[in-house]
Amino acid sequence: MTEILANLNYWVTIVLMISGLYIVAAHGNMIKKLVGLSIFQTSVYLLFLSPGKILGGTAPIISKDFDLYSNPLPHVLILTAIVVGVATIALGMALVVRIHEAYGTIEDDEVHDMERE
Amino acid sequence: MHLPALQVVIPLIAAALCALFRHYFLAWFITILASWLSFAIAILLLLQVMSRGVISYELGGWVAPIGIEYRIDLLNAFVLLIVSGVGAVIVPYAQKSISQSIEKSQQSWFYSMYLMALTGLLGVSITGDAFNIFVFLEISSLASYVMIAMGPDRRGLTAAYQYLIMGTVGATFIVIGIGLLWAMTGTLNLYDLAQKIPLIENSRPVLAALAFLTVGISLKLALFPLHLWLPNAYAYSPGVASAFLAGTATKVAIYLLLRFFFTVFGGVEFFQSTPLPEILFVLSLLAMFAASIVAVFQSNIKRMLAYSSVAQIGFITLGISYATEIGLTGAIAHMFNHAIMKAGLFLLIGAVMFRLGSVKIEDMAGIGRKMPFTMAGFVILGLSLLGAPGTVGFISKWYLALAALQEGQWWAVALIVAASLVTMLYIGRVVEVAYFREPTVKVDQLREVPSSMLLPSFLLVGAAVYFGLDTSLSV
Repeated sequence: MTEILANLNYWVTIVLMISGLYIVAAHGNMIKKLVGLSIFQTSVYLLFLSPGKILGGTAPIISKDFDLYSNPLPHVLILTAIVVGVATIALGMALVVRIHEAYGTIEDDEVHDMERE
Repeated sequence: MHLPALQVVIPLIAAALCALFRHYFLAWFITILASWLSFAIAILLLLQVMSRGVISYELGGWVAPIGIEYRIDLLNAFVLLIVSGVGAVIVPYAQKSISQSIEKSQQSWFYSMYLMALTGLLGVSITGDAFNIFVFLEISSLASYVMIAMGPDRRGLTAAYQYLIMGTVGATFIVIGIGLLWAMTGTLNLYDLAQKIPLIENSRPVLAALAFLTVGISLKLALFPLHLWLPNAYAYSPGVASAFLAGTATKVAIYLLLRFFFTVFGGVEFFQSTPLPEILFVLSLLAMFAASIVAVFQSNIKRMLAYSSVAQIGFITLGISYATEIGLTGAIAHMFNHAIMKAGLFLLIGAVMFRLGSVKIEDMAGIGRKMPFTMAGFVILGLSLLGAPGTVGFISKWYLALAALQEGQWWAVALIVAASLVTMLYIGRVVEVAYFREPTVKVDQLREVPSSMLLPSFLLVGAAVYFGLDTSLSV
């Protein structure tokens, strides 16, 4: 139990990662797939951010009052990753709208059946 | 000299300009300027690397490993040449093809997306920073999803959606791998990583990182059985986009695989201490056969070529799995050759689509008589695909067979030959329909395509023959 608590951030990351990936694979609804994809991507943000935090550390702005700083690099990286994630989800949503216009449904298997015909 | 930065910045700015002006001809003109400039820069960079060795460029003057470094050695200079070369050839072709299949008001968006994809692919190849790779990879992927969705068929939309889901999962796997490496070493510079990883290479996070990176990159390069997004994506996108993506996107992913396996993770010995060579070997053989056999039964010729791409990627990863000098030579040569052949084939099929309005094989009966140049090009590239002597396909398959022999695997040589024979089946099927059947009424009215479409295709056909005879560049 204490071991789990000591690495709590990693456990949360893993749970989010697996549930996100499961939703992508298991759901036939295209919007739900995108939700799963978004959860999957978010888990990675946590994976990057949590090792950068040092307990008792402060924001990395140099000052005489502090001598322990958190690592600023992961924030910069994840800010970029968030932008990429937003663009991906936005494009995915736009495609789902177009698919709905063209097929009249956003269920994976129904679209698949219509393509077979 | 700021050439390394310009290589990426020129297409990026041009993409913004195309989106800004929104005029179809102006956008095409900007695109052709940017593509040719990037090609010229890629040639200059390759010459510089050949004469003076590795180029290191510090972006913004920040010294690596804190700043982002662009680092160009012989391998990625070569990949830059492939990507920008295919780009430079297809843009003159694009104008006619695109003006037929996409509405005028939408054309500038297409060019803008093409330039973004070019930026991303060049960026992935040139950068020496692991996180930069992810960002550029996603730039190119997002742009290619849009290009695929602009296809003439509504199935392009679902193909783009499917590619988006699988591509994003792949990219996220890559970031997880990069994140684990960063957490272990505290650096993102590929060459700094290469120094630090050997000290901890058997720790569990590093091995997990290797696994995540391998799966993620394999999704992007469509290694069997992670290729499911590829056939539809290539089949239902506009002809120009199919040619560009088939020629470049998977090749850049293969470059990434080589870079991570042999530069970042400490080279051949470490690679051979993992189960990766065996896994790659088996998957490559499966790809070569399963995908080729599926290709034989396709009625849509673009889908057929797409499955053939999966099979040819199997040949390339087969060379990587040997991890010997000859095997890697074969793999890299086949990467170059396949880029030329597939881009050329897709351009020629785009020409058929331009006149015939269909890419069904049975609709092409007798088309060899009405469009003699197009189909002659198709036959030459098809011969190259199956590895006939005198074409590029022969050279790379020869090296792959040598690599198999070096390991004493004479049966693998037999399998390489057998897989090439399956290639003959599907190319032969098209040749039979195109040359030996009576033209239908519809085919009878066709004319040859305009020279602006024929010339770029024949540049690639010519390259396939030239580099098949003069192997000094690709080997």
